Amino acid sequence: MTSHMLTRSLDRGAAIFLAVVAACGILIPLSNLLLPAGSFLQVPTYLVALWGKYVCYAILALSIDLIWGYCGILSLGHGAFFALGGYAMGMYLMRQIGTRGVYGNPILPDFMVFLNYSKLPWYWHGFDMFWFAALMVLFVPGLLAFCFGWLAFRSRVTGVYLSIITQAMTYALLLAFFRNDFGFGGNNGMTDFKDILGFNVQAEGTRGALFMLSCLGLIVSFLICRAVVSSKLGKVLIAIRDAESRSRFLGYRVESYKLFVFTLSACMAGVAGALYVPQVGIINPSEFAPGNSIEAVIWVAVGGRGTLVGAALGAIVVNYAKTFFTSGVLAPYWLFMLGALFILVTLLLPKGIVGTFNAWREASKERRPAAATASAAAEDGVTEPKMAEKRS
Amino acid sequence: MPTNLSARLCTFLLSLFLIAFALPAFAGPFEDAVAKFANEDYSDTDEAIGVVASSGNKLAFPIISALQDGRLMADPDSKKVYVTGTDGKSIDAATGEPVASVPDSASAVRLNNRLRRSVDAALGSLTLQSPDLGARLQAAQSVYKSHEETALEPVEGALAKETNRSVKTALSEARAAILLFKSDATEVQKLEAVATIKARGDQEALALLSDIGTDQPASVAKAAASAIGSIQSSLAVWSTVQNAWYGLSLGSVLLLAAIGLAITFGVMGVINMAHGEMVMIGAYTTFVVQEVIRTRYPALFDYSLLIAVPLAFLVAGAIGVVIERSIIRFLYGRPLETLLATWGLSLVLQQAVRTMFGPTNREVGNPSWMSGAFDLGQITITYNRLWILVFTLAVFMILLAMLRYTALGLEMRAVTQNRRMAASMGIATSRVDALTFGLGSGIAGIAGVALSQIDNVSPNLGQSYIIDSFMVVVFGGVGNLWGTLVGAFTLGIANKFLEPVAGAVLGKIAILVLIILFIQKRPRGLFALKGRAVEA
Repeated sequence: MTSHMLTRSLDRGAAIFLAVVAACGILIPLSNLLLPAGSFLQVPTYLVALWGKYVCYAILALSIDLIWGYCGILSLGHGAFFALGGYAMGMYLMRQIGTRGVYGNPILPDFMVFLNYSKLPWYWHGFDMFWFAALMVLFVPGLLAFCFGWLAFRSRVTGVYLSIITQAMTYALLLAFFRNDFGFGGNNGMTDFKDILGFNVQAEGTRGALFMLSCLGLIVSFLICRAVVSSKLGKVLIAIRDAESRSRFLGYRVESYKLFVFTLSACMAGVAGALYVPQVGIINPSEFAPGNSIEAVIWVAVGGRGTLVGAALGAIVVNYAKTFFTSGVLAPYWLFMLGALFILVTLLLPKGIVGTFNAWREASKERRPAAATASAAAEDGVTEPKMAEKRS
Repeated sequence: MPTNLSARLCTFLLSLFLIAFALPAFAGPFEDAVAKFANEDYSDTDEAIGVVASSGNKLAFPIISALQDGRLMADPDSKKVYVTGTDGKSIDAATGEPVASVPDSASAVRLNNRLRRSVDAALGSLTLQSPDLGARLQAAQSVYKSHEETALEPVEGALAKETNRSVKTALSEARAAILLFKSDATEVQKLEAVATIKARGDQEALALLSDIGTDQPASVAKAAASAIGSIQSSLAVWSTVQNAWYGLSLGSVLLLAAIGLAITFGVMGVINMAHGEMVMIGAYTTFVVQEVIRTRYPALFDYSLLIAVPLAFLVAGAIGVVIERSIIRFLYGRPLETLLATWGLSLVLQQAVRTMFGPTNREVGNPSWMSGAFDLGQITITYNRLWILVFTLAVFMILLAMLRYTALGLEMRAVTQNRRMAASMGIATSRVDALTFGLGSGIAGIAGVALSQIDNVSPNLGQSYIIDSFMVVVFGGVGNLWGTLVGAFTLGIANKFLEPVAGAVLGKIAILVLIILFIQKRPRGLFALKGRAVEA
């Protein structure tokens, strides 16, 4: 009975979210393609690409929320997984350019010709096939996260130590990808893409389809996260978040749970990166910058960590604000605002927008007449998990 | 063939006669030689160069260098020669008297390739005896590099007159280099030359000995080979010493940047991501101090850093206390949130400095006692790096003493070891927290003063140190300053020894990977605090 009500009540917020994402995913590309340009309801192509970018960020935010909000792992290097997924997709797109590059080499991408490569490095083989690249989008971030997590969680590196070494990881990757002889285009990265699966990446139809796919990706990621956190596994994750030692003493293999969710989260971030690259048309090492990863964490904090809808919403709201403020006369003040956002959210709104809203609704329900008490009490256990007061 | 013979005799007598007439001109006064420049004849010019260069007259150098640059003007009508200076003023070449203007009929003395060579040789030997010490040294070194046989005579001449020891060494090395490449030098001379160059013992000596060629006598070739061997092994030792020095220098910079972080993190468990910005504020304080000194009291410039150090400590420390009271104290027990809030703070501080001082690098000068360098064996030590090392160790010692012997230090150690017990014993932990944070920030400010001497003072200054500082603290372990010291110097030295092997960037990546692996082995760092208090 309780569990039945649980799924139903939880689904209300989630269902609205999914419906909105699905509607946007269908309507925005359709409006862009079918309505005449300049019409009131027509969404310009640049906005489709821009919002597509936000949707990818939302997937990244979901992946961070999954580990931070539900398992207490604060990764300051999730941008690395995002960028690795992006690079895998970028490599596929580079191989698709073929002879249309500046140097017209059928095998080697332009930057390799420029840097005097005689043949394709071994790790570039296979990226001319989409299925292989798609596999790598999941596999490379997943493998890195698995190795990293296996080492870190097994030796019980937790809290700020873990945050700092994830930051060191992305910093090391940043330095590595800046090198020309690393074989990924050095500090210019990869750009000037032509085709994806035979379609022109610049074409409006392709952009619409990519936007649709990103929304689909967001929906699928959301459902996966939903499934994870509402399962028994999710309960253990929350237990680990709130009292890691106690969970261990109860007999759970804490490191295995953490490793699973960390790897899953990295794969999701990789998918987000892969969807991001064809829409923005470039991938370069600056995506590895530690600042990017920390910014992604603040999206989650603003939206409400421990609430999946909140994470996605936070990513979209903060990035919309960024676009809005950095393009106008307020541009010099954007960093003040972003900085203030970090400070104010952590000080005044530790549960984020959605978390605070949920708590407020919770409180107003409890003030209702006694007749509703029973159902309210039942729902109390089903709302998003409360934040522990103290956590390390 | 009597006619032929008489013709030869005739020629001989004639030339003898000519020489007899010409000789007075050779040996004649400096002025006569100078006048020959006006003859518009290449061989006369050549003679004049020779005479002027060996005259010992103080005008010789200006004349020959003017000739090289096409600034030597000669008037064929009056046989007067003028030197036009680079500043446009002219002097009479024969007397050195300034002249108002060079007559229109005068034109630049022309040179051909053969004459240019004589001019170069003459200039070389003239600078070898130049009154300026630096010029002499440079001339000797350039002769060493070119080892032209023609320079042998001037070098030997200069060597005989030289009194300065280092120039004398350079000259004898130059002489050795020439002899080594001179085909008709005796074997003994060459062996001596090899010994002289071996004593020099640096990279250039190695290069010189390596290309002496195969047409040398066997004993010389053997001596050269053994000299190469011994130079190489001594160079290897020196390069190790050099790496160690660079490592110590980098380690001192890391230590300086990390030491404040070690205090705040160690005592309060607070990850202060705005720590780098405290360093930046210290650097900008130095900039402001120097600006004020430049405009008001230029004489005090050499003391600017001494004035900046306490000021930077106060400014950064005060900002630190304000941050602790207004933000961080609300976040105790939530380290991850502290991390995010202080990151936000770092963005605000960076942008504030960018708005106030502009986004570009600011010029912070080195006082005279911090610029320059000296040689120690085969390595060069710059004064600013040396002073930073000394300064860092001094700061470290003062801090250590403060923690050990003052009341605040005692309270800080108590709070680090067991916060609740310390509170029970009547220590005002919140006051200790505020002061600790202020102290950590103030030391970061001091670090900024030192780093302003070797790095660009820009709003991004702090960001470049923050990850490195965290690595040092995490590596060294929390709550123990010695751990930070060992961590900083280990990382610095490891980095500099990896650099020549792997390259700067790969070396840095390797260090980061090693630290990540090290953390797996010792999650609490090199010198971890033991006990239940840290089991958080």
